[in-house]
Amino acid sequence: MTTSLSPTRTSGLAFARRFISRRISWVPVFAAVFILVVMFVAAQAYFGNFLTPRVISSLLLDNAYLLILAVGMTFVILTGGIDLSVGAVMAFTGMLGASLLRDGLPVALVIPIMLVVGAAMGLGVGVLVQYFGVQPFIASLAAMFAARGLAFMVSLSSIKVEDKAILWLQSTRLQAAPGSWSITPTGILALLTVVVAALVLAYTRFGRTIYAVGGNEQSAKLMGLPVVRTKLLAYVISGVCAGLAGVAFTAYTGASYPLNGIGTELDTIAAVVIGGTLLTGGSGYVLGSMVGVFVYGTIKSAISFLGAEQSWTRITIGALLLVFVVVQRIIVARSRRR
Amino acid sequence: MKRIFKHRMTWPIIALLVLVLVNTIARPSFISVTVQGDKLYGPIIDILRNSAPLMLVALGMTIVIATRGIDLSVGAIMAVSGAVALTIIEGSPAPDSLATVMIAATAGVLVALVLGVWNGFLVSVVGIQPIIATLVLMLAGRGIALLITGGFITTINSDPYKFMAQGYLIGLPFALFVSIAAVIAVALIERRTALGVLTEAVGINPEASRLAGVRSRSIIWAAYAVSGLLAGIAGILYSSNIMAADANAAGLYIELDAILAVVLGGTSLMGGKFSIAGTVIGVFTIQTLKSTITFLGVPPAVSPLFLAIVVVIVVLVQSPQLRDRLSRAVRRVRRGPATPTLTDSGAEAAQ
Repeated sequence: MTTSLSPTRTSGLAFARRFISRRISWVPVFAAVFILVVMFVAAQAYFGNFLTPRVISSLLLDNAYLLILAVGMTFVILTGGIDLSVGAVMAFTGMLGASLLRDGLPVALVIPIMLVVGAAMGLGVGVLVQYFGVQPFIASLAAMFAARGLAFMVSLSSIKVEDKAILWLQSTRLQAAPGSWSITPTGILALLTVVVAALVLAYTRFGRTIYAVGGNEQSAKLMGLPVVRTKLLAYVISGVCAGLAGVAFTAYTGASYPLNGIGTELDTIAAVVIGGTLLTGGSGYVLGSMVGVFVYGTIKSAISFLGAEQSWTRITIGALLLVFVVVQRIIVARSRRR
Repeated sequence: MKRIFKHRMTWPIIALLVLVLVNTIARPSFISVTVQGDKLYGPIIDILRNSAPLMLVALGMTIVIATRGIDLSVGAIMAVSGAVALTIIEGSPAPDSLATVMIAATAGVLVALVLGVWNGFLVSVVGIQPIIATLVLMLAGRGIALLITGGFITTINSDPYKFMAQGYLIGLPFALFVSIAAVIAVALIERRTALGVLTEAVGINPEASRLAGVRSRSIIWAAYAVSGLLAGIAGILYSSNIMAADANAAGLYIELDAILAVVLGGTSLMGGKFSIAGTVIGVFTIQTLKSTITFLGVPPAVSPLFLAIVVVIVVLVQSPQLRDRLSRAVRRVRRGPATPTLTDSGAEAAQ
């Protein structure tokens, strides 16, 4: 679009164009922020009482688990892979944790177990992908089946969680700012995950290697970067995030049910893509994924404000996903031409 | 002997035969077919009948995968087509009339075809990755189906509609005839015309086949349209089986079963060469496996775990890396404990 403008326009435009061409990978993130703001404004204009501290806070609190999953998914997608197992692993670790707590294990032991189990599932996917040349789609599909079956093996019915520490994660409302701005420990956990992941991706050698592998695996290999280790670790991180999301989701619902999180992997992928991460890998940001999760959450609460059927959520997300993917296509095509 | 083992259909057939054998040993009634009146009953007949929706979906999936694509939206399309058909029948004054049922089924299938064309448009014209292009409809499709049924599970009473999945024709389930007809139609179109070869060419190298004058865009587009059409028929069969349109449960996870059936049948997910006979065997294998799991008394909910184990075994058997490593190990054993040769380390570095 910018090329159609004449170069003799104001210097502000020239600056904007230079900024966009230098920061081309941030453009989709800005687009997502723009959509989010438009949705906020439209919802506020329509409902009149949408932009309240309570609604905005619940955007984070109700979607903390999705945010954690999206962070892990971002790592995997950045390497050019995909992880379909996250929803099922979240359900499995949640079930495992709940049953261990019921058996009287201390929570200080249960949560590490959940994280390790998540990591092990992720490692399994990574090994299949890396050492046996299985497509990420199929490998993570197998993990998804396995985790869902294992979740049902733990128990066929839901397990109530009565552990105080787990329930504390969700029931405690900390006042974040004057008014009714509030945050729960799970919300803090999710934000912390985002911050740590963003720092790792931006400033560590591992983080930069992730981008290099996603950009061009062959080049990364020829440069002597540890491609195998990095890709394995990306899937492990996604697994750990799924385990952590299991903790957050168990705290959120106060019980574990083996059918939890069906379709969550699709919501997660949609949120990551809407947040501007290219599915071909190599370009994207964790902060973008966070914006994507908020877009998802806003659609969900706007639809419940409308009193419309929740089936509209999925339709809207699908449509939005389409728009963003087409925008990405255009951006990629333009940057290739340059 | 060696040629038999090299044939790509050998392993899928052996897997199916082993499964049938295990079942027969575990319960001799497995292969028994009883005649009641003029209808055949028995576990195998059930498998043939229940596999019809999966067969249709897997056939479409085979074509799509051959073009190096994937269609995740088939389950959602099934839900939509069932919802459309049942809503029409429910709203009609004469749900038992053949004409109503024909109109309803045709409408459902046509809507499914439109959705398939939409998928094909996104992939072939807009150029979106197949996983994402079909993911859009996978997400939105069930929502659309829920809107059509108004959020409820539409149930109907209509004998002609019921016939499609539960009726019998010359002693055999009618659904079996539908799936046989679909297999024959797809096999004729793909194998008796050049279309099959062109599809494989597009899957093996889209750019080269375009340069060679193959109209890859239309072929890819048509593949998704066919997949949508077949998923639509599958949706009609599914809803006819339970006489209800359940937007949430119809065709849930069938895309995964279908992909698995295609892979089991020896068609590579990397596109290119495909095998319709292989897919047929893959579908029967999966359906037999499911029946086995139910018979073993495993709760159906745990059955995904078994499927996962099967998937892992299958992909490992197909994995070139594993074969490489195994054959190298075999060679090393034969040669005795020799030092690794130059070619070995060269191959390793090239990986």
